[in-house]
Amino acid sequence: MALTPPITDVQELKSHPALARLLEWSTAAVKEVKFDRDEMTIVIDRPAIREACALLRDNPDFPFNYLSDITCVDWAPSEPRFEVIYHLLSIPKKERVRLKVRLDGASPVIESLTSVWPGANYFEREVFDLFGIRFTGHPYLRRLLMPEDWEGYPLRKDYPVEGYR
Amino acid sequence: MAHLTPTPVLDPAQDKTMILNMGPQHPSTHGVLRVLLEIDGESVVRIMPDIGFLHTGIEKTCEAKFYQQVVPLTDRIDYLCPLTNNLCYALAVEKLLGLEIPPKAQWLRVLMNELTRINSHLVWLGTHAMDIGAMTVFLYCFREREDILRMFEMVSGQRMMTSYFRIGGIALEPPLGFFDRVRDFASRFPSKVDEYENLLTGNPIWGMRTKGVARITAEDALALGASGPTLRGSGVDIDLRRDMPYSGYENFKFKVPLGKEGDVFDRYICRVQELRESIGIVQQALDGMPDGPIKADAPKVVLPDREKMKTQMEALIYHFKIITEGFSVPAGEVYQAVESPRGEMGYYVVSDGTAKPYRVHMRSACLANLQTLPTMCEGKLIADVVAAIGSIDIVLGEIDR
Repeated sequence: MALTPPITDVQELKSHPALARLLEWSTAAVKEVKFDRDEMTIVIDRPAIREACALLRDNPDFPFNYLSDITCVDWAPSEPRFEVIYHLLSIPKKERVRLKVRLDGASPVIESLTSVWPGANYFEREVFDLFGIRFTGHPYLRRLLMPEDWEGYPLRKDYPVEGYR
Repeated sequence: MAHLTPTPVLDPAQDKTMILNMGPQHPSTHGVLRVLLEIDGESVVRIMPDIGFLHTGIEKTCEAKFYQQVVPLTDRIDYLCPLTNNLCYALAVEKLLGLEIPPKAQWLRVLMNELTRINSHLVWLGTHAMDIGAMTVFLYCFREREDILRMFEMVSGQRMMTSYFRIGGIALEPPLGFFDRVRDFASRFPSKVDEYENLLTGNPIWGMRTKGVARITAEDALALGASGPTLRGSGVDIDLRRDMPYSGYENFKFKVPLGKEGDVFDRYICRVQELRESIGIVQQALDGMPDGPIKADAPKVVLPDREKMKTQMEALIYHFKIITEGFSVPAGEVYQAVESPRGEMGYYVVSDGTAKPYRVHMRSACLANLQTLPTMCEGKLIADVVAAIGSIDIVLGEIDR
């Protein structure tokens, strides 16, 4: 299984069910696509993420009805600094898709998915706790793993691994 | 969907209700789960889990290690199924590298994985039954679990933190007599499952404590991100081993047990049936075990044999380089999910082209499953909370990471 170079051309990938549905809805919402190592990644415009997820969930032909995971990657010092990553699974069609939203480091704010999938609750709290991303519309955005009074966001790249803070 | 979103703060406004603190040191919380209960007499008005007591920052630690040094860390996430974690991480990195794994290694991985599943389910069954008051089952389960731990010790030298799978294959060839031992265990085990079922399935007390208790519908379980037996107990037909096969699971035949009611009893039946299916897979793996190497042919990634190191210059150089500098992984990102005993365990690994992972994220099945607890318990009796916690099979190490 040798590695093949990733495909990033929208035209070449537009037959993918998730991408096709999103493009049909709004071409402006899709900023970038990548098909690499058999995994599909779609970069979504920040304001569109909640609607895009609701759209993919409710698509009757190809429902991505299960939210597997939400996480984040810190690309400091480059900008936009944060990537919030959503892994969706289609249980009837056995297919995965990865959605990505890029956020700048100064004000990492994004809309919460709890109204689409209530299960986003803990995942978003964890991302808030460890990266300091704020999710608007989340019912209870408090630290999940770290103590309530903890200062700083441990999984950010500028957070020291050892020594006194 | 609104009924699934938690009401933020426990607020006993009227004098009717009171707040009860359960845990973190409580025998039925399987580690250190703290649960805040707002109760009105005997019934639970609201329930709020409080987690994080076991948070060790493993994801951050991974970023400071070489790829191969992360393997022992993955053991410590879910200490009841270390090999499932090993497998998931190894598969993710192998996908990043584009490595092909020889068939014997894949079959051994399946064999060890199913033994791990049995091991994990036995601990769950024993402790879950003990929580509800059936003490004997615990002793029976740990008797068989001991056999499995001995087998793990045989292949890896460790009973629990095995780290037996490596990136590119398997650490060592199993020792002489290992397969006979597994075969012996596989022939004995189904009758042991009958013993557990004799104690529980038809037992009227067990039925009263579990049937119709902590029910959750398929829609709610899906919306809350539940997976594994917690989801299948409600009748959702998904098993990643069958539906999105990895590591050669497409070569094995097994049934995926489903529940109907979504109560504690159905989740119990699902897991007990899984015990039988798993031992079937072990049997198939033993019968069809192919011959051949147990490591991929990738000298820059896989450590050479000790023998070769003593006779071949190249092997010694590769060994030195892998140990001191690690191996670089082409830039990219991969999400690999496997069916752990508790549900969908996923590893999201991001590489920036160096020898250390840029980011390793573990998708914890238990974390998502724990979110179903309020839906299961609110409006029900306080005594059923313990049954509900047991039935979602939580491991706090995996939740807190």
